[in-house]
Amino acid sequence: MSLSEHDVRHVAMLARLALTDDEVEAMRTDLNSILGHIDDIQRLDLGDVPPMAHAIKVVNVTRPDVVTPSFPQHVAVMNAPQSENGAFLIPQIVGSGDDA
Amino acid sequence: MSDLNLASATASAIRGAIARKELSAVEVASAMLARIDEIEPAVHAFNQVTPELALAAAERIDTLVAEGADLPPLAGVPAAFKDNMNLVGTRTTCSSRILAGFESPYDCTAVARLMDAGVIPLGKCNMDEFAFGSSGESSATGPAKNPWDLGRVPGGSSAGSAAAVAAGMATVTLGSDTGGSIRQPGSLTGTVALKPTYGRVSRYGCVAFASSLDQIGPFSRTVEDNARALSAICGKDPRDATSAERQSEDFVAAALDGDVTGMRIGIVRDLLELEGVTPEVRQSVLDAAARFEAMGAVIGDVDLPTSKYGLSAYYIIGPAEASSNLARFDGIRYGHRAENPIDVLDLYMRSRAEGFGPEAKRRIMLGTYALSAGYYDAYYGQAQKARTVIASEFSAAFERFDVLLTPTSPQVAWKFGEKADPLTMYLADIYTIPVNLAGNCAINVPCGFSADNGEGRLPIGLQIIGDYFAEATVFRAAAAIERDLALDLRSPLVIG
Repeated sequence: MSLSEHDVRHVAMLARLALTDDEVEAMRTDLNSILGHIDDIQRLDLGDVPPMAHAIKVVNVTRPDVVTPSFPQHVAVMNAPQSENGAFLIPQIVGSGDDA
Repeated sequence: MSDLNLASATASAIRGAIARKELSAVEVASAMLARIDEIEPAVHAFNQVTPELALAAAERIDTLVAEGADLPPLAGVPAAFKDNMNLVGTRTTCSSRILAGFESPYDCTAVARLMDAGVIPLGKCNMDEFAFGSSGESSATGPAKNPWDLGRVPGGSSAGSAAAVAAGMATVTLGSDTGGSIRQPGSLTGTVALKPTYGRVSRYGCVAFASSLDQIGPFSRTVEDNARALSAICGKDPRDATSAERQSEDFVAAALDGDVTGMRIGIVRDLLELEGVTPEVRQSVLDAAARFEAMGAVIGDVDLPTSKYGLSAYYIIGPAEASSNLARFDGIRYGHRAENPIDVLDLYMRSRAEGFGPEAKRRIMLGTYALSAGYYDAYYGQAQKARTVIASEFSAAFERFDVLLTPTSPQVAWKFGEKADPLTMYLADIYTIPVNLAGNCAINVPCGFSADNGEGRLPIGLQIIGDYFAEATVFRAAAAIERDLALDLRSPLVIG
């Protein structure tokens, strides 16, 4: 499988990465080189083999339902690029704001 | 004052000197900070040095000594942590612009446990950005250098954790290993470096790369110190549901014992014959096997035929999990935020584009592609099936053998810029990756040196692979070969 420029731009949108035109071209070259190698995995006949998502078999790990301290608000926002009154400040999402 | 050389002393020697009052912990901290001032500009093993934390911890140890109290097991031992592990009072940047200035809001469990064991925290170690790399060169703060030859890479991604130990700037450090990121830099810097079994050490507070593969482990100059560090950090943590109950084995006793009489040791023959492994590395592993045999171990051959597909499975599973884990860096709650966004999508896309370096972007793209509609089964599904086969081949091998031998790295430390092509870099982890996929444990222990071509010798590393939760057996074998070879592992920076 080989990626086109269009494919790279599509994946970059899915990944939420604003790539420059130069980055798109370099990425296409690198990804095709890497995919050219890892495509060898298609040679393995693994039809009935169950997939392995995890190295150890743990399911539904539970703990007693006891309330324990969590982050105070000021710690939760201390690394925020912008915050106000202990809340994260983000650009306006609903409506454009240009009512005029 | 003691005549102990702190740049090459073991953890137990340092603790012993403090317990006997030949040396105070504050003297240890001050001497190490002075050494870092002197050596660090040439090595760049640290993203941050923490004199205040170091001296405060040292004072706590000295108070215990003055009170005649029992000293914790690593009292006064100089330590440092990979910069993807949180420690309150330090920044945790993953050597990425997107986390520049990020203040740790809480402590990583493994770090906290090492601190509880009495270490002196000297700082946070340089690394490949988000642990994406095998050379340290993808660090946004500039690469760490190899103390054996400052023109060569120390390996990666735990580049600074390895370099700090090899340069005598720390006695024990912590790294994280997703595809070889502890063992491979251990090999390139002549240090003892363990990837514990998945679940042996809590991952809480370590910035996630690939959650089904990541594992924290120690670097040290000796097998015994490594066993002491693992003893301190291992065990169940309620904050990591995948962490395992503390096992009863005594790692330190196994490391001190080092008796391999009757131990069944398998040479992974097909991996040893792979293209790309240098003759001196291959020979060094075969020589080590012969030494084991002379010590009374039973040597045999084993093949792991699907492990050679491990690299491909890893470069699907690793990036797939990474692309998901790194989705959290969106410029909203922490990390870099782009200026003057038009809307929230623009904010996400530019914050990430400005914050992530080239290798991080490649891995995110690769993982996003592998998980995208139409390709999921061909890549991610197939890789997960290959993972099952790789793990079952290890299990079959461990029915016949107690430990397995391979090289840790196919070659010794290379020069900066030598592996500019990403795929060439990925091939550096061919021996370490299968162990992460299966989830068992493995250690790097130095087993020789390259020929001196006028540029000095470089360390060669032996990988000793154990079954799930067989760290004690791995330490026993590693201690045996360490004692038998008795290599002088002081780097030129330590010899001075």
